[in-house]
Amino acid sequence: MARTAAPPAPLACSYLHPGGGRGGLLGWVLTTDHKRIALLYLYSILGFVAVGVALGLLMRLELIAPGRTIVGASTYNALFTLHGVIMIFLFIIPGIPAIFGNFILPLQIGARDVAFPRLNLLSWHCYIAGAILAVTALFTGGGPPDTGWTFYAPYSIRTTTNVTLAVFAAFVLGFSSILTGLNFIVTIHRLRARGMGWFRLPLFVWSLYSTAWIQLLATPILAITLLLVMMERLFGLGLFDPARGGDPLLYQHLFWIYSHPAVYIMILPAMGVVSEILPTFARRTIFGYKAIAFSSMAIALFGYLVWGHHMFTSGMSDTSRWIFSLLTFLVAIPSAVKVFNWTATLYKGSIDASPPLLFVFAFVFLFMIGGLTGLMQGALSVNVHVHDTAFVVGHFHYVMFGGAGFGLMAALLYWFPKIFGRLYPRRPVYIALGVLFAGFNLLYFPMLVLGWMGQPRRYYDYLPQFQTGHLISTIGSWVLLVGLLILTVTLMRAARRGPWAPPDPWGGTTLEWRTASPPPVENFAVEPAVTGRPYDYGALGRGAAAPEGR
Amino acid sequence: MYGPVTSYPASVDATFYFIVAVSLFFLLLVTTLMIVFAVRYRRSRRPRAEQIEGHTLLEIAWTIIPLLLVLAMFHFGFEGFRALRSVPEGAMTVKVTGRMWDWSFRYENGREAAKLYVPVDRAIKLSMTSVDVLHSFYIPAFRVKEDVVPGRETYLWFRPQTTGPADIYCAEYCGQRHAYMMSEVVVLEAEEFEAWLAAGGEEGEKEGVPALLARHACLDCHSLDGSPGVGPTLRGLYGRQRALIVAGREETRVADEAYLRRAILEPDAEYVRDHERNMPAPVGLSEEDLERIIAYIRALE
Ligand code: HEC
Ligand code: HEM
Ligand SMILES: [Cu+2]
Repeated sequence: MARTAAPPAPLACSYLHPGGGRGGLLGWVLTTDHKRIALLYLYSILGFVAVGVALGLLMRLELIAPGRTIVGASTYNALFTLHGVIMIFLFIIPGIPAIFGNFILPLQIGARDVAFPRLNLLSWHCYIAGAILAVTALFTGGGPPDTGWTFYAPYSIRTTTNVTLAVFAAFVLGFSSILTGLNFIVTIHRLRARGMGWFRLPLFVWSLYSTAWIQLLATPILAITLLLVMMERLFGLGLFDPARGGDPLLYQHLFWIYSHPAVYIMILPAMGVVSEILPTFARRTIFGYKAIAFSSMAIALFGYLVWGHHMFTSGMSDTSRWIFSLLTFLVAIPSAVKVFNWTATLYKGSIDASPPLLFVFAFVFLFMIGGLTGLMQGALSVNVHVHDTAFVVGHFHYVMFGGAGFGLMAALLYWFPKIFGRLYPRRPVYIALGVLFAGFNLLYFPMLVLGWMGQPRRYYDYLPQFQTGHLISTIGSWVLLVGLLILTVTLMRAARRGPWAPPDPWGGTTLEWRTASPPPVENFAVEPAVTGRPYDYGALGRGAAAPEGR
Repeated sequence: MYGPVTSYPASVDATFYFIVAVSLFFLLLVTTLMIVFAVRYRRSRRPRAEQIEGHTLLEIAWTIIPLLLVLAMFHFGFEGFRALRSVPEGAMTVKVTGRMWDWSFRYENGREAAKLYVPVDRAIKLSMTSVDVLHSFYIPAFRVKEDVVPGRETYLWFRPQTTGPADIYCAEYCGQRHAYMMSEVVVLEAEEFEAWLAAGGEEGEKEGVPALLARHACLDCHSLDGSPGVGPTLRGLYGRQRALIVAGREETRVADEAYLRRAILEPDAEYVRDHERNMPAPVGLSEEDLERIIAYIRALE
């Protein structure tokens, strides 16, 4: 924005135009304000998503027909590796906590900032450093890594591509995640506003809290594992190499001990978002507050014990296979409980089918398909057939993209007025959702079918019997792209030119709605006091009040 | 109780469709409820919400019922799995070797093949290992899969029901030509199979060198017609100057017989410059076959 013209009134004293302090670019990249750091994450993460989506589209284009279409086999292998690494480590793991956790968590608990603002900035710097290293890995050494995002040994030890640097990048990114987790835990313990007991925490905070513990406890295991891969490559330790007394299965155990809980790092915050949006647009208290809060913690706990379900055909002992299968089925229950409580929250509500709510509906539907296909894979005999096929690729896109990804979009739509101080038009967002939803299912449902038919994953080429499914899937990827573009353009325009938003445009009850949109630097003029539970529409006497600004 | 399964694939499918049915029920239930609520309780019709905090009985019900259902799913999956892991007595064992990017099969009488020939209606046990990285042996039609791990023996068994061919894939990513690491299982009538097995035993007719090269997966990386691949083409190789990396330093040598022998038997002793370094040492290549290969390369102008 031009520095000469005075900013428009609602922005004048907001965090976007603080006046004083460092201005310009430095005022952003060296900021310790949680809201600015959140925006730094927002833009950097969305930048990488764009790259990841582009790579996904290229893969789909290659797969439109059997044989070579646009790239060779080595390039394809590099494509899915990069796509996976970007989407996992640069998008979906930091995702909601780094963007909305940072922005909303202190506001929701009535704090001025997170507990360690500078550490918070360091997390972002680690994120950027890791991202730069990952990009460097593409153009140096033996060329872009081609191992898949899982870096399975011994292939990752033998390949001549630049795996060492890529793994180091993921290592650095891990620190970003650990620091954010640590920061959130301390913030939630220490900085809650007066009167905000544990059962008065908004459910989004609960979900961040359970996520943060996973980040803190599980990520170091990944860091160590990745370090071991680097040592193997550089010094030939032989830990994963049977010729020297090592064991490739050891790598898989270590990798999944982190990476399975990481799945919950991805999905729990999105579940938190859903638990915020539903009460606001149903104008009523959430159904089963405690059940939802405890199920988050149960997921976080059980999530540690099911890593072996990624290894049902790996050659590990039969006993561990069935134990992991049983535990996997148990961990499905808390997620089911959440879905039922959400549905019940709509019962006898006063429902406004706003864009965030409709995205939540899409989330529930897609996430359910993801979870239910997860049950199919949890059953041992079925898993043996579908493991490492396109079925798994379909399944995890339903969970991560349909779940966490749609959750992130819902969060963006819900808190957009708070973050940018502006409103967006509804119509184009509804259209975007329709197109996205159609494209998504066209893209990924055929993958489930292909996998059941026996199409293995990470295949550059395929036999003619799989052609139809691949064709539909590729067409779906284009439809999905159109939806994403409509949404992006609408929101970008609204962020610059939308009408000003009031402090509480949706009629929400949590604390972030009690300050200006966008919030001032210090968040609240006076520290808010909390007197009741969140989503207490009855007590506030607002059940009938028309929302301001609509 | 877990005796011979009449049709293992059918039992896997039954478990799958059971879970699909339960899933569809809940998916439709929740989706319908959401839509019905959103329409019936829309704000224009119902300006004031009713505040319902929860319902303990409901919470218990929707914890217990799904729990019972998933336990049933576990049970069916487990039973199938038990069958898959219990090899019946008297199964015929075939040794499977996975390598980048090829499968080879070795029978009890020493016969080797690039396709898996098996007799119909007889239990076949595959005893599998890999000479390089992880692979995964997968026959979709039989619903069986198991990783093939270097330094370890893993196993599978199946009982083919009908004659005919079915695809074999590698399901664990293993590098550049992962998608081409395919083969076929060919189910024959018992007599046909016996004849095939006997024909290829120790005294079976000699295979040609190209077939030999194919069986040892050489042709996955080397072409015989001069076209580039993962490794240098074998055409016109003999007698040429080779730029090599030996113990980290560059050297040039002429590709003579001694060189070829070394290049094949100890691929890691010296590397051809500007190539990947992933050539595996051949497994079970006899001296006689090695000599035939060298003679063949020598003649390949
Ligand atoms: C996984 C791929 C792969 C397989 C399988 C493979 N090679 Fe190689 N081969 C290579 C690569 C890469 C090189 C070049 C680097 C090196 O010298 O190790 C090479 C080099 C060679 C050379 C030296 C070529 C030259 O230009 O000087 C010969 C001869 C050779 N291989 C023969 C064989 C034979 C015979 C087999 C089968 C028993 C075989 N290779 C299997 C990848 C492979
Ligand atoms: C336009 C959007 C997208 C398209 C077209 C797309 C497409 C694909 C395709 C074709 C594959 C490779 C399948 C294979 O070869 O076996 C793949 C793999 C993958 N995708 Fe996506 N995807 C998209 C979005 C996402 C998102 C949003 C995420 C994460 C939240 C994601 C995470 C992954 C992961 C982790 C893999 C596995 C990579 C690997 O095998 O190592 N994708 N995707
Ligand atoms: Cu393989």
